[in-house]
Amino acid sequence: MKEYTFFPGCSSEHNASAANMENSVQAMCRLLGIKLNEIDDWNCCSASIGYAGGGQLPRMALSARNFALAQKQKGNADLVATCAACWLAMRETNERIETDDDIKKNINTALAEAGLSYDGHIKTRHMVEVLIEDFGWDALKAKVTKPLKGLKVAGYVGCQTNRPFGVCGDSYENPTYLDQMIEATGATAVPFPMKVACCGGALMFSEPDKSCVLTKQILQSAVDNGADVIVTPCPVCQLNLEVYQGKINTTLNTNFNIPILYYSQLFVLSWGGSWQDAALHQQVIPAEPLRRFA
Amino acid sequence: MEKKIGCYICTGCGLGEALDLKALKAIATKEQKIPVVKDHALLCGAEGVGLIQKDLTDGVVNSVIIAACSHREKSAEFRFDIDLLERVDLRDKCLWLLDVKEGDETAEEDRQMMAEDYLRLGCVKMKKMNVPDPFLHSDGSKDVLVVGGGLAGLTAARDVAKAGYNAVLVEKSALLGGKLNDMLKVTPDNKPPYRDVAENFIGALVSEVEGDNRIKIFKNSVVTKTVGQPGQFDITIKNDTVSKELRVGSIVVTTGFTLYDPTKLPGSLGYGSSPDVVTSAEFERMAKAGQIVRKSDGQPAKRVAFALCAGQRDPAHLDYCSGACCIYSMKQAMYVIDQYGQDASTYLIYQEIRTPGQMEDFYRAAQDKGAVFIKGDVTQVGSNNKGGVAVKVNDHLIRNQETLDVDLLVLATGMISTVDTQDPNVPSPVGSARDELPGSVLNLQYRQGPSLPQLGTSAFPDSHFICFPYETRRTGIYVAGPARRPMGIAATMTDASGAALKAIQAVEAVARGVAVHPRSGDLSFPSYRPEGCTQCKRCTEECPFGAINEDDKGNPLFNPARCRRCSTCMGACPQKIISFANYSVDMISAMLKEVEIPEEDEEKPRILVFACTNDAVPALDMMGRLRSPISPYIRIIPLRCMGSLSLVWIADAMSKGFDGVLLMGCRHGDDYQCHNVRGSALAEIRLSKVSETLQRLKLESNRVKMVEVNIMDADTLPGVISDFVEQIGNLNPNPYKGF
Amino acid sequence: MAYDLTFAKDVYKKSEMGHWIKMCMQCGVCAGSCPLRAHWQHSPRQLFQMVRAGKRDEVLKSSDMWMCTSCYNCIVRCPRNLPITHIIHGLARYAETEKMTDPMQPTRRFAVEVFWKNITATGRVGEAMLTMRLYFQDGIGSGIQKALEMKDSALGMLKTRRLNPIPFRGKIKGYDGFAKMLAKAAELESKLENKE
Ligand code: SF4
Ligand code: SF4
Ligand code: SF4
Ligand code: SF4
Ligand code: SF4
Repeated sequence: MKEYTFFPGCSSEHNASAANMENSVQAMCRLLGIKLNEIDDWNCCSASIGYAGGGQLPRMALSARNFALAQKQKGNADLVATCAACWLAMRETNERIETDDDIKKNINTALAEAGLSYDGHIKTRHMVEVLIEDFGWDALKAKVTKPLKGLKVAGYVGCQTNRPFGVCGDSYENPTYLDQMIEATGATAVPFPMKVACCGGALMFSEPDKSCVLTKQILQSAVDNGADVIVTPCPVCQLNLEVYQGKINTTLNTNFNIPILYYSQLFVLSWGGSWQDAALHQQVIPAEPLRRFA
Repeated sequence: MEKKIGCYICTGCGLGEALDLKALKAIATKEQKIPVVKDHALLCGAEGVGLIQKDLTDGVVNSVIIAACSHREKSAEFRFDIDLLERVDLRDKCLWLLDVKEGDETAEEDRQMMAEDYLRLGCVKMKKMNVPDPFLHSDGSKDVLVVGGGLAGLTAARDVAKAGYNAVLVEKSALLGGKLNDMLKVTPDNKPPYRDVAENFIGALVSEVEGDNRIKIFKNSVVTKTVGQPGQFDITIKNDTVSKELRVGSIVVTTGFTLYDPTKLPGSLGYGSSPDVVTSAEFERMAKAGQIVRKSDGQPAKRVAFALCAGQRDPAHLDYCSGACCIYSMKQAMYVIDQYGQDASTYLIYQEIRTPGQMEDFYRAAQDKGAVFIKGDVTQVGSNNKGGVAVKVNDHLIRNQETLDVDLLVLATGMISTVDTQDPNVPSPVGSARDELPGSVLNLQYRQGPSLPQLGTSAFPDSHFICFPYETRRTGIYVAGPARRPMGIAATMTDASGAALKAIQAVEAVARGVAVHPRSGDLSFPSYRPEGCTQCKRCTEECPFGAINEDDKGNPLFNPARCRRCSTCMGACPQKIISFANYSVDMISAMLKEVEIPEEDEEKPRILVFACTNDAVPALDMMGRLRSPISPYIRIIPLRCMGSLSLVWIADAMSKGFDGVLLMGCRHGDDYQCHNVRGSALAEIRLSKVSETLQRLKLESNRVKMVEVNIMDADTLPGVISDFVEQIGNLNPNPYKGF
Repeated sequence: MAYDLTFAKDVYKKSEMGHWIKMCMQCGVCAGSCPLRAHWQHSPRQLFQMVRAGKRDEVLKSSDMWMCTSCYNCIVRCPRNLPITHIIHGLARYAETEKMTDPMQPTRRFAVEVFWKNITATGRVGEAMLTMRLYFQDGIGSGIQKALEMKDSALGMLKTRRLNPIPFRGKIKGYDGFAKMLAKAAELESKLENKE
């Protein structure tokens, strides 16, 4: 059993938009022997648009508070995040605190108001890094009892799980780890030129027309390449691709109906977990192509 | 020396299985009458090499034919202390280039025929070669003349002296140091971390050179005459009153640059419109005098704009990049920032920034210190109401005309080499070589003119794009620093060091009587049979390196130490009287005549390939490595250089019964790749007359074709060859077969 | 005056990562890498040059920075290692503190008035409330229309238990400290933003 400090992030809360990710990740961790120790009373990381309302110090104070709580509660154990934006914001904050003395000083002045302090030393890791680095491909493959044979999957890495930090040193322009994950479940990764294109991120909220065009191109590329489903590690990508399909169909005159899943859902199913374990009942666009493996 | 030839055939690398060894040995012994013929299963191994060495030691043989792989392979293994060694390539250009299916008897027979022909060629060649005697002289000098006492010249002279040779340094002015004497500080080209302007070091270098007793310095002097050849250059040095003659072995020209005349620049740059528009050189002198001020009213110049590429990279002015001006403009911007601190505003208006090597760090430092970089051009210069200069800038990023008010506008003008060059394709006629051309740096007393040939369409005295840095087309004469092409401080110093080493290499090679380059170490050199000469002057005109002078009657006077052994003269001579001890028209003729031509009814054509050893032969070897098959009807004869091509060979090949001749030379033209500059170009010109020869023989003119082959062409060459083979296949067999 | 450096120096000092702007070498890679390039009036490199040219109004009033989706394409490709994404965010924030942004700029409204308020009110994002505020920021009418457009999706989310039917959420336990911390951080931040 490996243990990590866990930061779920707002979208992974109960009844929140990435509840399917959260539930399947928890099932995946149970199957793999990972214990996730959630930080008690964590707060929002402010994702990627916190800069506008918060500027740098308030924005970073948010993540710093989470680190301070984590350190107090769990020591310097690696902190695992499942959301791309959380992982990025936390990792960036930690980096700035560790390398910029002014930031460190100011942040700690602010933290002191909440009776906390933090001077770095917690490593922030993405869940996929844990799978690849701490378990490895052989271990992931060894768990497969129900290979997803014949399932054609477009591996959509998106932006923030890829840039600016990258996963396990993989390429920014053509990362392959997600395709490898797909293949590890016995499914087929189809060629997918849009795998690192931007889905529009939070711009979907404020300027959906611009974002929908981006999302449409991604969906189209997956369909053109024969994918049955799209798989992603990122909750923002998942949400934009799945929930806006209807809007794209009406406004951009398309006819998409392609399920958008998390890598964790594929793992759970191929490792013998149930439909429920994999949170596949929580898909807005039903994951029909996976039904035959349930 | 009586030639005692031994022929050693290797049966390793699959040769033994593929070829009929007995038949090959029979060719060597019975047909070619080679006295010693042996074989070994691994000739390049210790035992095989030992076999050859033993025969040499025992005096049984003194000249060796090795029938194995390409001459470019195993050269270290097959290195013997002998004068004549010939490699017959049965593997790379025969076995590896033929696609023979197991049990295909015709193909096997074709392969055997090819191998036998190659063995014949090697034997004939060996029989025709003589041992070359080196060209030696007893009155040579190993001193190096350095012309020009600026940074490049000082560096070259110092390095020559450091290496233990004597240098003669000639400087036109009264002071050593050149342009650097005018500089306040220098760019940190050689000074990590390359971020700050560096102290001017020229004073120290001048003292070092002046204090070195291996360096003889002539100030206020110029070279008025250069006669002779490497090892025996006789130089006339003249100052105001006296002329002095001395002998040197080789020459480094480091006369540096002048700057483009700013009055010729377009009016939109504003030079002359206000005293506050200055050139970089003028600004440098102002800075050195502690006067970074408006020249108009003496007010401090805190806002300074620099217009980069002031005429450079503009076909109407200097069509090339001057290489150093981006960097020195940054340096000058730093002067302003260092002097006025927070009050300084500096702007560099540029097309592209070019900061090669470590100077990228200097660029970053300039940005970091606050210099503002504007990608755009200056469209107009006027004055503003504050007594300053109003510079209209077309900012490419803002896509707008902006007016930039500054105290000074500095124009970064470009460098022009001070070396006189001449169009290499138009040799000056004999007799008009001026003995005292004021513009000529060396005043060469060469049949081909006093100046150095230029490279391609540039005005620079370079000789080759790729292979030979520093080298001019006059052997033993090297040009370094901005005299060769525009460059900055670091590049100038490495250039000068490189040229110094080349100059030393030249005097040493000449002292041993061997070629300097590119055929370094070659002992042979051209000679001619005076009785046969018709004074046609083809050789003296065509020699790409100006190695041949003429006597009063128009007979050639060879200067072997200037010669690069390219054999262009040999191919040029209509009388076929120029030859080398180990390479001649007769030799190649004899070789090609030895190829067995099957009877017409056998339907086995023969195509002769003349391949340049510098590029085409390596490309063919590469094809062998890739096992890309070619027609078994091909027979390849390597040539020293396409320049040696004699039309006699074409005629001989045709009358012998070859169905076609394919010539593989290097690329020619402005971006030539010929190692001997003009060899392949001249061959092409000669070839234009080949149709006469063919007509005389009543043959189709498309039986002969010349192609350009680059050393990297292994992937396209098979197509070129098969196209030609097909083209020949469409013609009737050569009717001269069997005559 | 064109190319007056007052504004540039302000940005270098006060805008997050602003000092990097002087290091741009105008290679154009960022402009070609941005997924929103079709919509930007000025690409990142142009904005940077405008900063250097002293074009304060044009830069700070621009809508361009607000279009950044934080895809980090530009940042990983910039050969000069400029933290472009952060510079762009910094410029948007700087425009905001200088009160130069068009208050109706949609992303500004969402980011500043909806999102930041939402997370600082309780400590965590309340997605339902966030969406409601977003839709209803222009009044009930257009709100209902926008909400109707997404009705099927919203129902789907509800059905799959990925949207909380109750839009109000409680505060985190340590909310008091959290709020004080943010107030302090904001106070320090404004000193930073106004530093001379
Ligand atoms: S070095 Fe710079 S200023 Fe000089 S010619 Fe080249 S590009 Fe122009
Ligand atoms: S061999 Fe070449 S360099 Fe030498 S004299 Fe002949 S043409 Fe000139
Ligand atoms: S080319 Fe031959 S015939 Fe003509 S001048 Fe030279 S040596 Fe004499
Ligand atoms: S990629 Fe970087 S250096 Fe290039 S233009 Fe953009 S910011 Fe400037
Ligand atoms: S991070 Fe922002 S500015 Fe950079 S490429 Fe992505 S959307 Fe464009």
